[in-house]
Amino acid sequence: MIQPASPDLVTVNIDGREVSVPRGTNVIEAARRVDVDVPFYCYHPKLTVVGNCRMCLVEMGMPAVDPATKAPIMDPATGKQRINWIPRPTIACATNVSPGLHIRTTTQMVKECREGVMEFLLINHPLDCPICDQAGECKLQEQATGYGRGYSRFIEDKNVKPKRTLLGPRVMLDDERCILCSRCVRFSKEIAKDDVLGFTDRGSYSTLACYPGKKLENNYSLNTVDICPVGALTSTDFRFKMRVWFLKQTNSIDTESSAGANTVVWSREGVIYRITPRQNDGVNDTWMADSGRVLYKQVRDAGRLVSARVNGAESAPDFAVTAAAALLAAGGVAVVGSGRSSVEEQFLAAKLARATKAATWLVSRVGQGDGLLVSADRNPNVRGALVTGLIAGLPSPALDELGRAIDAGTVKTVVSLGEDLVAAGITEAQLAKVAVIYLGTHADATSAAARIVIPTLTVFEKHGTLVNQQFRIQRFAKAVPGATGATDDLLILARLVSAAGGPNLGADVGSLWPSIASEVPALATMSYGDIPDTGLLLDATPWAGLAFAEGPGLHHKPGAPAPKEAPRG
Amino acid sequence: MAAPEQRRIIFRHIDEPGYTNDLACYQRNGGYEVLRKAVLRKPEELIDEVKKSGLRGRGGAGFPCGVKWSLLDRKSGKPIYLVVNADESEPGTFKDRYIIYKDPHQLIEGIMITCFANKVERTYIYIRGEFPDGATILEKAIAEARAANLVGPNILGSGYGCEIYVHRGAGAYICGEETGLIESLEGKRPYPRIKPPYFPAVLGLYQCPTIVNNVETLCHVKHIADMGGDAYAKIGTPGNTGTRILCVSGHVQRPGYYEFEVGRVTLGQLLNEVCGGPLPGRTFKAVIPGGSSAKILKFGERFKGKRKVGAEMVDYDWGLEDVPMDFDSLGMIGTMGGSGGVIVMDDSVSMVEALGNINAFYSHESCGQCTPCREGSLWMKKITGRMVHGEARPEDGALLKSVADQIAGRTICAFGEACAWPTQSFIAKFGEEFKGYAEAKKKPRGDGVPELV
Repeated sequence: MIQPASPDLVTVNIDGREVSVPRGTNVIEAARRVDVDVPFYCYHPKLTVVGNCRMCLVEMGMPAVDPATKAPIMDPATGKQRINWIPRPTIACATNVSPGLHIRTTTQMVKECREGVMEFLLINHPLDCPICDQAGECKLQEQATGYGRGYSRFIEDKNVKPKRTLLGPRVMLDDERCILCSRCVRFSKEIAKDDVLGFTDRGSYSTLACYPGKKLENNYSLNTVDICPVGALTSTDFRFKMRVWFLKQTNSIDTESSAGANTVVWSREGVIYRITPRQNDGVNDTWMADSGRVLYKQVRDAGRLVSARVNGAESAPDFAVTAAAALLAAGGVAVVGSGRSSVEEQFLAAKLARATKAATWLVSRVGQGDGLLVSADRNPNVRGALVTGLIAGLPSPALDELGRAIDAGTVKTVVSLGEDLVAAGITEAQLAKVAVIYLGTHADATSAAARIVIPTLTVFEKHGTLVNQQFRIQRFAKAVPGATGATDDLLILARLVSAAGGPNLGADVGSLWPSIASEVPALATMSYGDIPDTGLLLDATPWAGLAFAEGPGLHHKPGAPAPKEAPRG
Repeated sequence: MAAPEQRRIIFRHIDEPGYTNDLACYQRNGGYEVLRKAVLRKPEELIDEVKKSGLRGRGGAGFPCGVKWSLLDRKSGKPIYLVVNADESEPGTFKDRYIIYKDPHQLIEGIMITCFANKVERTYIYIRGEFPDGATILEKAIAEARAANLVGPNILGSGYGCEIYVHRGAGAYICGEETGLIESLEGKRPYPRIKPPYFPAVLGLYQCPTIVNNVETLCHVKHIADMGGDAYAKIGTPGNTGTRILCVSGHVQRPGYYEFEVGRVTLGQLLNEVCGGPLPGRTFKAVIPGGSSAKILKFGERFKGKRKVGAEMVDYDWGLEDVPMDFDSLGMIGTMGGSGGVIVMDDSVSMVEALGNINAFYSHESCGQCTPCREGSLWMKKITGRMVHGEARPEDGALLKSVADQIAGRTICAFGEACAWPTQSFIAKFGEEFKGYAEAKKKPRGDGVPELV
């Protein structure tokens, strides 16, 4: 008899290998644990199971027991309990593990099932892979190669369906490529809660379409493109732009809000082509908002700052830093930090404030949360500013107090870390009274009025960490080289700290982190390299009393204790 | 051996002159007397009677009705629904239609007894869209019965009440599949559900325990409650109790509906004696015994094997004409009793064209949810369509069989088998005709028989 390893685990046998998996696991996931590939199209771990593609058919059996005595029936040939194999194949996606379950995926029957389903899926498929955007990441291609017969017996005319249907502003549908797996339908209904997709007609003429008068235009529509196993749904932003096999993948974080969805940035030769979600079951599952996918466009935006300026004249960055140091030395400094800066930048900003005896502010960006992956706090890293000690409490909606200090004459120099002070409530008149040192990426009213402007990098051009609404510290990595004329924020900040009489600190994340770990209590004992790809939850108790702006969202309940992390191996 | 007399239980009044489908006529003929007695009994007793009767479902699968009821999840605390499957769509079948049109109160009485026995308080009759008059007749009959306190709250002063609603389908064969029907009733596309976990007895209509029974089956329940399960079990043959309505269509002298004790009439008796044999100058070629999805049988075939008679196993050696028309015998010879639609084809029929017709039906009716049936049914239609209207290749028969083999047993619902079995059996029994069709097609047809496809 097979003994379960623990009460919550169930031991099953897959292709002769035993594996213990949690109760409720389905056979596809159980097989994954022993590196057995069970192919599928319609199954998605985050959506309901419908079992319509039939690609995951496997052979299933249970240990034989005597119906009367319930005693195991042994096989004299092997000395083991006999297995009663079910003569019909079973879908693995809808079969949950049960003690003693036996699965075979390599038999002739399973092989023929897969060949049959592959053949059926391909007979009416246009096979226009040479012009299809999905090529290179197409399940149909991959599994046809892995499990198909390799030739076609179909000599009839293929079905004809609409080739270019705009389902919404961002999603294009090619119905001929669609294999009717219904993932997009289920996603819209179950995750986006925007039930707009369905099928019309029936049988092989079934056609994906929006309901009459509806459009697929919710802020999560592009997830349907991600989960489409074929090239039926494509992104209007990405289609025909680049072959996916040319693209480099870099792990990053969606910076549009404090939800901190994990992402992959796809780039080639310094140009970013798209952003897609990266699975993190504690944060965003496999989803992200459409609005976060276009953030890469800021990298090549026309408003990008590309040269340092001192008193309106173009200047070398070194000279700009020296000039800034001189201003800082004159005293009366205020530092306007940013909830968009990384933890590392905020750490240095706090150092700079301390070295210049400056007061610190943070610009608040509170909007409406969508209950899913765009949270109310549109700053991705307010918690980083709390953790690093840059600010002591939550930022107020506007910088009124700073404005009063400027009017009173106690503040003469303002360091803005990419924040537009005008937009944050400082009047033009107040701005004219102070010298502004602006470290940022894009031109705005503040950069135009600034005494010193030093261009810095976007999130796609540098390394760093952010702390999301769950107090989960997550890393983002450099996807593309920095724009010409822009300098890494860390380098500028480290030099300013040093010039203002502060300590000499590392100017990149690797050399800076030992200082961070030794000085920031919440990050003690950590190192940059050891933060897992899915992030690390910090102890949030020091800030438990603060009234954060976020409402409930995916994997986030306001005020709830941080979810328990599974132990990592 | 001469054919036995028909035994009309369900169709007792169907062709009776002067018999109308209103409540007064039904009650003049003893209608609702069984219900009056039934509501005085314990519900469990009625379930026992049905179990003892051995009644098997008349919709197609022949599943024992009492067992179906015993699988109901009665502990969930959720309401239990009865859904009456009146989506009679299997080609060749026209029995439920006559019950609904000619004797609707018999069905309503059967429903009320079933509901009382199973403590059901809400019933939906899902009637196929092509029966608009049937829906009207049922609604009128339900209104009459409600006015007479036979349907609705507190029937016959018993304290028990049950409502019946008629729901019209929109013309889709798949709505006869019980979970597809339930989805349709819930207002969705009739995509059959995956089983497990969605067995209607546990997670049926609105995720509540649900009985789905065929129209004819529920009429039998009335008669079982009347005569008792033991008496009913004596009708027919052991394991195949009661009577069965056989709907004979196609190339016989007297097509129509006939009600016999199950297993008491053989296929030969039915076709040659009851239905008057083949049309003048023709000979029987093939017969589909249980609706178009049942596997076809070829005249001249012989079947040998062992079968259970009582407790003993006895040899049988049957010609096709000797096969008794019951669930088990038809199952033994590789086909099924199905819905009771007997489709007869004589020597004028081209099997390729007949299969083309059946394939056209199934490809049109495939819901399109799961891959093998969706793609396979249309592919088979395209092949037979090309053979008939275009170029036929000798290898097409083998290809057809291979496609059908890739469907059966791999789909969400039994439609996979329904669309694969005709092709599999046509090729198995008439494979030579498919091989030689290209040549045969070139020869002129002498008898002027119209093309089927």
